[in-house]
Amino acid sequence: MKPALVISERDNVATALQALEPGRDLTFARGRVSVLDVVPSGHKIALCAIHTGEAVIKYGSPIGLATAEIPAGAHVHTHNLASTRGRGDLEAPPPPRLAEPDERNGERNGGERNGAGKP
Amino acid sequence: MSERPGFLGYRRPDGRIGTRNHVLVVPTVICSSVVAERVAAATQPIGTAVPHLAGCGQLGPDMRVTHDTLAAYCGHPNVGAVVVIALGCEQVVAQSLAEAARRHGKPVEIVAIQSEGGTVRTTAKATAIAQRFADALAAEPREWCDASELVLSLKCGGSDYTSGLASNPTLGRVTDRLVALGGTAVLGEIAEIMGAEHLLASRATRPATATKLIQIITRVETEARALGLDIRGTQPSPGNIRGGLTTIEEKSLGATHKGGEVAPLEDVVAYAAPITQKGLTVMDTPGLDVESVTGMVGGGAQVVVFTTGLGTPTGNPIAPVIKVTGNARTARQMADNIDLDVSGIMDDSETLDAAADRLFAEVLAVASGQQTSAERLGHREFAIHRRNPTI
Repeated sequence: MKPALVISERDNVATALQALEPGRDLTFARGRVSVLDVVPSGHKIALCAIHTGEAVIKYGSPIGLATAEIPAGAHVHTHNLASTRGRGDLEAPPPPRLAEPDERNGERNGGERNGAGKP
Repeated sequence: MSERPGFLGYRRPDGRIGTRNHVLVVPTVICSSVVAERVAAATQPIGTAVPHLAGCGQLGPDMRVTHDTLAAYCGHPNVGAVVVIALGCEQVVAQSLAEAARRHGKPVEIVAIQSEGGTVRTTAKATAIAQRFADALAAEPREWCDASELVLSLKCGGSDYTSGLASNPTLGRVTDRLVALGGTAVLGEIAEIMGAEHLLASRATRPATATKLIQIITRVETEARALGLDIRGTQPSPGNIRGGLTTIEEKSLGATHKGGEVAPLEDVVAYAAPITQKGLTVMDTPGLDVESVTGMVGGGAQVVVFTTGLGTPTGNPIAPVIKVTGNARTARQMADNIDLDVSGIMDDSETLDAAADRLFAEVLAVASGQQTSAERLGHREFAIHRRNPTI
């Protein structure tokens, strides 16, 4: 079994298929990543640095925004990634998306809600 | 016969195809539900009941959803005959449910508790009727039907990271194949499309369909906002988060794989409303498993494929529910609930295409009468979606 799986080439995270320990080197099609944190099986690991407010991409689409600086090799979960959807706790609902297979995530979710409602 | 894939089903007078031939015992109201369950128990497995908590004290759209869901089950192709158990003073009109069965060419009789004279007499009379119907149905033959006659309900529940990587993509390939053959698939659970709606909307054959999908997703987000609630309290669920799913977008992107990658989105319909277009339809259902399956079967699905990571027992009173898991541990630990193990995808011992071959064959075998785990175990869960309080 592969230690971790990248689903789409657009993704900036991989899914661990087994528990990963710090210091382990993983090789992906696009290069190597050194594991920084304990990453449980089924959880996500950053393939590159993801800055606060940037989209985390899995399955080729955004799954939320980074709420902290995420270095390559870090565990990505509720401590550094938050949803932008169904957020009745936020000021305004996000604009509805239209039929657009390619994301415009960067420009639309540019940061006004960064860090709000951290889990 | 032709080379095209197919199954052995029941051709109905209205032209639709059944994969089961049940006597449906339908209570008009909660007050007649126990009698309905007893009549079904005496005539099972052909007899099956849809006990429910409503049928009175409901207003407007809520009342309509209850009536229309029950009427949809009375007219469903997996039902060969109907016995309506009424009380006598309720809102849901027994004659209207009987008319729904007649409209689809099914024999139907009504027995009412108040006019019949109590539980014992009603149960005895209705059981005799249901047994007579069951004897007649047991003699009806199955006949060869093309796979394009199938309406497949796509469902996932108890998801974990294997759902988005193994079982849902396997089901998605089956969806694409079935739709390419001219068949139909229906996807529900609006909250679990949130974050992946752009992928489905881009496959809509008409702009109005894409707009309708976006509108119902927006409605769910607006409702959360009106309540000042954050759906992160329930989506993803605590179990989902322990399993590594962080956000609803991530869960939705994995869940929406069930709808395939290329099948065109032809329609967006209301809860339990008739599915009339070939291709992929999205139905406006809540995420709660039993309410969602109840609605999609009401829309006309004759077979349900239910993917699960953590495992779940849910069945349905009239439609077979096939359980598929990509989690090897769940396949072992809940073996009596699981019909198909696709965990080989996770350790590269099986390809998605090979797993899809197996699942497609399983769907056709079950459509032809092979019992599912849920059927063998007597799982016949039924719950009508409600939006308003009881008055």
